[in-house]
Amino acid sequence: MAGSLRVAVVRFPGSNCDLDALRALRNVRGVSPDLVWHEDSEVSKYDAVVLPGGFSFGDSLRAGAIAARSPALRRVSRLAERGLPVLGICNGFQTLIESGLLPGSLLRNTTLRFVCRWVTVRVENNRTLFTRGMKEGQVLRMPIAHNEGRYFAPEGDLRRLVSEGQVVFSYCDEGGRVTAATNPTGTLLNIAGICNNEGNVVGLMPHPERAAERILSPFDSEDGRLVFESLLRSD
Amino acid sequence: MISAGLQLGLSKEEVAFARASLGREPSETEWAVIDAEWSEHNSYKSSKGLLKLFPTTGKRVVLGPGYDAGVVDVGGGYVATIHIESHNHPSAVDPYGGSSTGIGGVLRDILSMGTRPIALLDILRFGDVERSAHSRWLLRNVVRGIADYGNCVGVPTVAGDIEFDASFEKNCLVDVACVGIGKRDSVILGEATHPGDVIVLAGGSTGRDGVGGATFASRNLVSGRGSDRSAVQVPDPFMKKLLIDSVLEAAATGMIRGMKDLGGGGLSTGLSEMSSKGGTGIDVELSRVMMREPDMSPSEIMVSESQERMLLLLDPRRSRPVLDILEKYEVPHNVIGRVTDDGIMRVRWGGKTVVSLPAELVANAPLVNRVARKPSESRGSRARPKTEPAIEDSLMHLVESPGIASRRWVFEQYDYEVGADTVLKPGMADAALLRLPNGGCLAVKADGNSKHSHLDPRRGAAGCVAEACRNVVAVGAEPLAVVDHLQFGDPSDPGVYWAFRESVEGMAEYCRGVGLPVVGGKVSFYNEDADSGLPVKPSPIAMVVGLAPGKRRPLRPSYRSAGEWVFLLGSTKPELGGSEYYESVLGISAGTVPNPDPASDSRTYDTVRKLLSAGLVSAVHDCSKGGLAVALAELSMSSGRGATFDLGELIGPSLTPTDALFSESHGRFLISTFRKRETAKVLSSSRLPYRILGRTGGESLVVAGGSRIIIDLDVVTMTKKWEGTFPRLLD
Repeated sequence: MAGSLRVAVVRFPGSNCDLDALRALRNVRGVSPDLVWHEDSEVSKYDAVVLPGGFSFGDSLRAGAIAARSPALRRVSRLAERGLPVLGICNGFQTLIESGLLPGSLLRNTTLRFVCRWVTVRVENNRTLFTRGMKEGQVLRMPIAHNEGRYFAPEGDLRRLVSEGQVVFSYCDEGGRVTAATNPTGTLLNIAGICNNEGNVVGLMPHPERAAERILSPFDSEDGRLVFESLLRSD
Repeated sequence: MISAGLQLGLSKEEVAFARASLGREPSETEWAVIDAEWSEHNSYKSSKGLLKLFPTTGKRVVLGPGYDAGVVDVGGGYVATIHIESHNHPSAVDPYGGSSTGIGGVLRDILSMGTRPIALLDILRFGDVERSAHSRWLLRNVVRGIADYGNCVGVPTVAGDIEFDASFEKNCLVDVACVGIGKRDSVILGEATHPGDVIVLAGGSTGRDGVGGATFASRNLVSGRGSDRSAVQVPDPFMKKLLIDSVLEAAATGMIRGMKDLGGGGLSTGLSEMSSKGGTGIDVELSRVMMREPDMSPSEIMVSESQERMLLLLDPRRSRPVLDILEKYEVPHNVIGRVTDDGIMRVRWGGKTVVSLPAELVANAPLVNRVARKPSESRGSRARPKTEPAIEDSLMHLVESPGIASRRWVFEQYDYEVGADTVLKPGMADAALLRLPNGGCLAVKADGNSKHSHLDPRRGAAGCVAEACRNVVAVGAEPLAVVDHLQFGDPSDPGVYWAFRESVEGMAEYCRGVGLPVVGGKVSFYNEDADSGLPVKPSPIAMVVGLAPGKRRPLRPSYRSAGEWVFLLGSTKPELGGSEYYESVLGISAGTVPNPDPASDSRTYDTVRKLLSAGLVSAVHDCSKGGLAVALAELSMSSGRGATFDLGELIGPSLTPTDALFSESHGRFLISTFRKRETAKVLSSSRLPYRILGRTGGESLVVAGGSRIIIDLDVVTMTKKWEGTFPRLLD
């Protein structure tokens, strides 16, 4: 499509939400997404990058650790430095953390179990390249599905993260209240997603690509679309 | 001679038959090959004759039993592939590894047809999880194994069924089923039809894990036999994921001429079945097989059941594109031989021929005639007590009992969303519903009832098909096909074999009656308690797939508002044998087992679908385990809404309020609607018995019978207890 935003969905060995992300992006008018194999240098030619969920390299060493050290991530880093939008979903978020593009770490859930569940998250920062279409305080419905999604950072770094507005999403109840009861994994401050200082690199544990069509939502919602549609806004 | 070190499972007659057919003494490797392929697990030698009773054809059936998976036409040029497997013995000794490799195996069956796996189901049977720490340990680790493997390979686990019974204490049952989707014209078969084709072994390396697995599965577990653990394979979901992605990409080139997964019996089974099915021979060189351990013997290589391996048949002149794809994904692969035209399975080891057997002989074990005799002792234990607990207390007991309680603790560990096609998810409805690329939806559910089957194997087996059909119909789908899994004790026990025969006959009769073809299945014998030597209760499982229109939003078993009328469809009879009420509340195993009636069930299924497509219904739910009372409780709990009912004339001289509420008679549905008169009209014109039980409203489930209130339970309190059981037992 001429003039449309070209998005690379990077497929690592073991990615398993790549096709889902591709499909969700295809449903957004004005976006033309491609699946790009992680060894392919073509990734440098895209306008935006999505690192999908899954178990890249079988979660060997740590979730996202091997993908973060792949040539693909060096190329993605250069795009990020140029201010282009980079989104990491679930394992993609873990990869962004491992590569240093986002701060902190993601630890094993306190339950020590994988958890797949529809949750509600509150938008804390609507100035990132992936939340521009949202209102601050808006509540979105999306599912989570992971083993290692407990965000952790040392006290000082965490304070800075909050004061710089780098917390993008936090787990909340349906009314938008962030409480201990709405924290599914023991993640610090109910953090579900964060961004870099510039707001062009965003990582989140929930899966917007699984929540982008009404038919797939138990609540008849399509909130996940907003994440991808934000790519096209210029305000 | 058969050397002493060779642990064969062959009978004396089979040994004699093999010698006579060949006219010579087989070599050691040949014995190992014959032993693996003639095991009950691979040969179906005790069951083949009876399985012929199943109806296997229909207008939607593309391929019936005999292949890695059944193939059903779902329209628009697409087919669904379905298969079910169990990994009972491995899971009993190593629940984590056993359940993971079970998933691995059934995924390969779907993949080897050239179709993409889109959904997993698991059907689990454990001992008394409230009393037994061992059963809780098995359950925790089986679930973790399924989760770690299924989540990593990226195939959603969307549905299942869990049952508890003391007979599964040592021999838990771990069944896994898989559904795939593909284009009808690109289905690949496990047949070697072109002499000259090269045989490629792709995927993981071959090790000693799983050596003798098929033989292990074909005998009873022996207590304290530590060495059985080496018969359990080692899972590698990451390699499986690469195998799935690369094989699907390779299949899309149209250049794979045949494909077969390596499961039970390893290379022995894969090679002999491909050549015997294709009417060809094979010639392979074992030193070309990638080995994990340096000093493996040819026999071990032939029967190793190491995971994550596939056999691909390629035209040697057009093999490059396929091999390039395997290389891109870094999937190890090697050409290990060629297809020949002489009908001989020839295996070499460093050039020297170690196996030279007619493929036909290897792939077709002599059938075994088993004796069936109805056990003389009464299957029922104690009689019904003189006084029974209050109905309300019994319902509360059932709602909290592990057999009925919420499965959230289990299914939240499974990624049921990956693939972004799961429309109805675990816990949402009676069956899972998956979006298909042709615009339709596929409904899928697996069911079984070992308590019914124990008391009356014929009715029990028919009943599990009936229950799975109801669940699929309740989400608006038309049942298309079934795959079955029949799990029993030792078939040489005449009582066990009798129960097996009854089950097959009962299931076949029901399937014929409702016009449902059986497109595949599995038999698992030798499921016995290692300590007591007692067989597990007969455990037939039926997995039904159905097709639903994709446009309409599917209904859920959940009231939408106050003021809806609730109808009970179908007849309730005093059929409490094997019911949750008898077993769990009264502690008795006796009585009349519910008898499904295929003729009236067919009419019911059609009518329910008619009501749903006319948009008359707000909620629909089937009545199964726990009967009407539990079904009403579930509707209230899933919607957080109360309702008030009057059993009215449902009870009478032949049906007490207790029996009416807890009978597990088949063929019944609950529906709720605002359009009472129109709904009643449709039901009357379909000649379907029905009753209007009451209306939704309030915050309690209230049931009156015989002019007094017999149940009055707060929905929120009930839901807390229903949700609390699994976390309380397992966290």
